[in-house]
Amino acid sequence: MRTAFFNALMELAELNPDIFLVVGDLGFGVVEPFARRFPQRFVNTGVAEQNMSGIAAGLALSGKTVFTYSIANFPTLRCLEQIRNDICYHSANVKIVAVGGGFSYGSLGMSHHATEDLAIMRVLPEMMVVAPGDPMEAARATAAVAAHPSPCYLRLGRAGEPIIHQGPIEFSLGKAITVRDGDDVTLISTGAMLPVAIDVAEELPWQTRVLSMHTLKPLDEDAIVRAARETGGIFTLEEHSVIGGLGGAVAEILAESGELSIPFKRLGLPPVFSSHVGTQDYLRMRYGLAAADITRTIRTTMERRRLQSVPARNGA
Amino acid sequence: MPEAELARRIRRRTLSMIRKAHSSHIGGAFSMAEVLATLYSGILRIDPVRPHWPERDRLILSKGHACAALYVVLAERGFFPREWLDEFYQDGGRLAGHAAHHGVPGVEASTGALGHGLSIACGMALAATRDERPYRVFAVLSDGECDEGSTWEAAMFAAHHRLDRLVAIVDYNKIQSLGRVEEVLNLEPFANKWRSFGWTVREEDGHDTDRLKETLSQIPFERDRPSCLIAHTIKGRGVSFMEDRLLWHYRSPDDGEFEQAVQELERN
Repeated sequence: MRTAFFNALMELAELNPDIFLVVGDLGFGVVEPFARRFPQRFVNTGVAEQNMSGIAAGLALSGKTVFTYSIANFPTLRCLEQIRNDICYHSANVKIVAVGGGFSYGSLGMSHHATEDLAIMRVLPEMMVVAPGDPMEAARATAAVAAHPSPCYLRLGRAGEPIIHQGPIEFSLGKAITVRDGDDVTLISTGAMLPVAIDVAEELPWQTRVLSMHTLKPLDEDAIVRAARETGGIFTLEEHSVIGGLGGAVAEILAESGELSIPFKRLGLPPVFSSHVGTQDYLRMRYGLAAADITRTIRTTMERRRLQSVPARNGA
Repeated sequence: MPEAELARRIRRRTLSMIRKAHSSHIGGAFSMAEVLATLYSGILRIDPVRPHWPERDRLILSKGHACAALYVVLAERGFFPREWLDEFYQDGGRLAGHAAHHGVPGVEASTGALGHGLSIACGMALAATRDERPYRVFAVLSDGECDEGSTWEAAMFAAHHRLDRLVAIVDYNKIQSLGRVEEVLNLEPFANKWRSFGWTVREEDGHDTDRLKETLSQIPFERDRPSCLIAHTIKGRGVSFMEDRLLWHYRSPDDGEFEQAVQELERN
């Protein structure tokens, strides 16, 4: 996704002379082409994320389309008040880009686990939140947020994720992509969990609908409510705390939609700090987010409900 | 209008606004009255009729808590009607208790959380530099917000990028929220801190409009360097019982204090 982002950004910057890239001294090996090609529109603020975000606001208030870039929680949590006051309150045209969503940098430890960022960015007024599911979505999302003249948070995985979509996709902010259709059960995935969602869909013995919810805010309420009406269960998948991210957002929609008669479960990380040491795959496994665990959880949940619903139906 | 008269009007009107609002921060508004009066009397290249004129100089009031004084000077210069000042702090009014730009012509950025303004100003000055536009960007800082690390992130950045369109003016009234600056977190040697960060520094009596005018007419103080003016000021300046007293970071004048303050400001 990182490569897709930078390739897309280079193309956009060729066309739009107002695009700036402001980095917090990270991006070795990937920011250099931009810096060389557009030296007047590249800024490395040094290891100073508060200043990076304030400068981005100042540039945006001067007519620029600004991408800030860093990894994990540095471009978001470290400078949250600058994002809230300087970027969001001014509706400044700033795109905050974080590489390393979830456990992408798993082995680097807790400081580098971005597992609450979606919730925190989502609650900010004016902020759009986008977490693409594969490199193809990442490229399209980059172009889409650049064209959206307000604050956006673009949460990317790492480099080297598989391309999931076969052929061109229809991508528009706020619209889920139906990656697989089905009527038995729905998996809603955000960010880099998309390949896992596909694996799970392959394993489940049902016709499984897979939605790539690349835009967390504004959320595609229609797609969620339709899934609730048309399929027999909804499961959300995210490499993020179950509090406040995709699962929380979908739960809010479902609770208010009156469509709560089907099984629903948030599959994500418990709200704890991980002290386990290991790669992204290892940490996913530790927290039940490997495809096999998810498949088991979904089957158990669906089957338990089926058993429960039998006497209810008989009683009626 | 002479700068001193504008400064007097700033204090007089600010006093009434803060009295009506029962609000705080009169001390820090009064300490920067001459600085604002001088800036808005010919230093800033602005056009109140065209608040978004692209070539205008920008002023960011980083010490947003002292915004009452900014609102007065903007109204005096014709950015918006003076009647708006009556709505300061009031339910449904236009003017919030910390500098807010929404619907208020002339306020470039909303502030209130300290340590933000210099970074925003850096971004604006960087845009001017990269676009080779002539406008300057002024950030008015409090001494207290120089405790914030982000202020020094921005200070380092400005010098590194040779932002000589950028001017930081510190209202050094030597009292912060819980006490004297030298007791809370000493900034000294203050001018040398800015110098060592790569800025060209001038120090002036922040209540001497002639000196302020002369100094601010020489921006940039040095080519390729950001300019810092340390304005030595007195918190609550202009009203005897407010001067240099921490209490007036918080207190709103009662009837008797208001009358006495009015008399003193009329006399000056």
